[in-house]
Amino acid sequence: MQQPPKPQAGLFNRLEVQSPDALDYQLDIAGLGARSHAFIIDLHIRFLLALTWVLLVSGGISLLDQLHSLPRYGWMSSRQLIVLLPAFCLYFLYHPVLEVLMAGRTPGKRMAGVRLVNHLGHTPSIGAILLRNVLRMVDALPGIYLVGLLAVAFTRDKVRIGDLAADLVLVYDNRLPAKTLEQMTRLALSSDLSGDDQALLLDLLKRWDGLSVEVRIRFAGQFLARIGQPMPPPDAKPDLAFKKALEKLLPPS
Amino acid sequence: MDTSQQALTHWLTARKVHWDALEAQLKPQQSPSEQPLAEARELLVGYRGVMNDLSLARRLQGTALITRYLENLFLKTHEELYRPAPHFWGRLGDLYHIDVPLLMRRMQRALYASLAVFVVALLVGWVLVSAYPELINLFASPAMIREVHAGRLWTDGLLNVAPSSLLSVGIAANNISVTLLSFGLGVFYGVGTLYMIGINGLMLGGAFAFAASYGLDGRLFAFIIGHGVVELSVIIIAGGLGLQLGEALIRPGTRSRLQAFQATCTDTGKVLLAATPFLLVAGIIEGFVSPNPLFGMMPRVLMGLGSGTLFWLVMLYGLPWRRGKFVRG
Repeated sequence: MQQPPKPQAGLFNRLEVQSPDALDYQLDIAGLGARSHAFIIDLHIRFLLALTWVLLVSGGISLLDQLHSLPRYGWMSSRQLIVLLPAFCLYFLYHPVLEVLMAGRTPGKRMAGVRLVNHLGHTPSIGAILLRNVLRMVDALPGIYLVGLLAVAFTRDKVRIGDLAADLVLVYDNRLPAKTLEQMTRLALSSDLSGDDQALLLDLLKRWDGLSVEVRIRFAGQFLARIGQPMPPPDAKPDLAFKKALEKLLPPS
Repeated sequence: MDTSQQALTHWLTARKVHWDALEAQLKPQQSPSEQPLAEARELLVGYRGVMNDLSLARRLQGTALITRYLENLFLKTHEELYRPAPHFWGRLGDLYHIDVPLLMRRMQRALYASLAVFVVALLVGWVLVSAYPELINLFASPAMIREVHAGRLWTDGLLNVAPSSLLSVGIAANNISVTLLSFGLGVFYGVGTLYMIGINGLMLGGAFAFAASYGLDGRLFAFIIGHGVVELSVIIIAGGLGLQLGEALIRPGTRSRLQAFQATCTDTGKVLLAATPFLLVAGIIEGFVSPNPLFGMMPRVLMGLGSGTLFWLVMLYGLPWRRGKFVRG
């Protein structure tokens, strides 16, 4: 049986895949920063979920204690188990369950704009996700993810040991929302801007919320100067004025 | 508008309808398709169209947004076309009936090695604690030691601590983490696995020797036999899988170290996935039967041997109710 093509690392950390139909495509590999960003968001979410369970159930059990006399078991230990076990499950099953349900993503990964893929750029199988998460125990050693961090820092595809074992890579999720395709089509059909300028305009508007105010103003000013458009008049909120000037360039829907 | 812009506009207008149709087809369907073959053909036609469009966009537009959009659409369609059919239960059945028996035979040397390490560590633990009883402090907590000094086993009051159901879940969770760790630490060239299996053997041997010195070994055996056969079997198998991982790293053979590691992880991961759920069975027995004084020695032995035999039959020969023989590797 023919082996699937293996990934090759190109410059700038890209996963280069050749499909069986001889069409190459590349995916940008997420490095230590994006990986840590996603992990920290997920850590907060699962910690808050576990804490919410502990607080809610502790409150409920205290109420039961007041309503009933002590049951026949040593109630303290039973109570601790009822409170803590599901909290532990929430905390430790968060990654494998959500990565399976969300096709290689978790809420943290989604917010950081990254996702897990296999060597073909496809959504990983359930087995690969489980294997990756079993080896999380090793990556987490000695309790501060030192093994995982070192592995990410020194491996070609910036992967931790769990990813290496399951042959998975964390890549940037380059999905374009449907709205962008609509805008792109409308621009191409009715705008006088060149193809490159159209792409620049949409890219800038797409990234607008993620940029700081100074960077928004600088980039928007440079773009307007590039296409020979006047700068917007001074305003109390200059970045908003620049955004309106950019949005005016989009054809009406 | 220059000629090239007009051409682009024309192309976009003509193709966008097809891309939208393909996007709609790629969305998860609520109900099974009535004409799966026709839909598959449509998908294939759409895929070829996107391939052509992507090649054209790359040539004319470089890295523009339209190219990025088409790359995404191509990747999604490619994945839809090449993904395996979603037969979860069928594949789970194949895992137990075909893959696991084959892999267990293939990895038998590592499994024997794990068993040998465990037995040697158990004997060493027994001999050490018998000769130097104070060494039990290394393996048991002060509370456990106090209980034995008072002529009781530390497991006697378990049902007063928590109800069986919760006890089972807690015990199963602990055993699963020991199993996964025994396997995972194999990535350190097998040394971590040797430590985990060794320490578990030492603890069990030491605990038996300590209980024996107070005449409680029979009761400890009665506590362990119901759940221990499956529990220890799974831990020893996990140890064997960890050692197999270590061997792949030390002696990768004709493959590169990374290739050997990945292939072994895939194989060992399958066996681990198949064996670990049995710890839930062991946990249920340990929560409901083992600490319950109402169960005599005979039902405990029968339960232990029965669950152990079933476990090993499944792991070595597959599911008895499934037809078809596996090919011996």
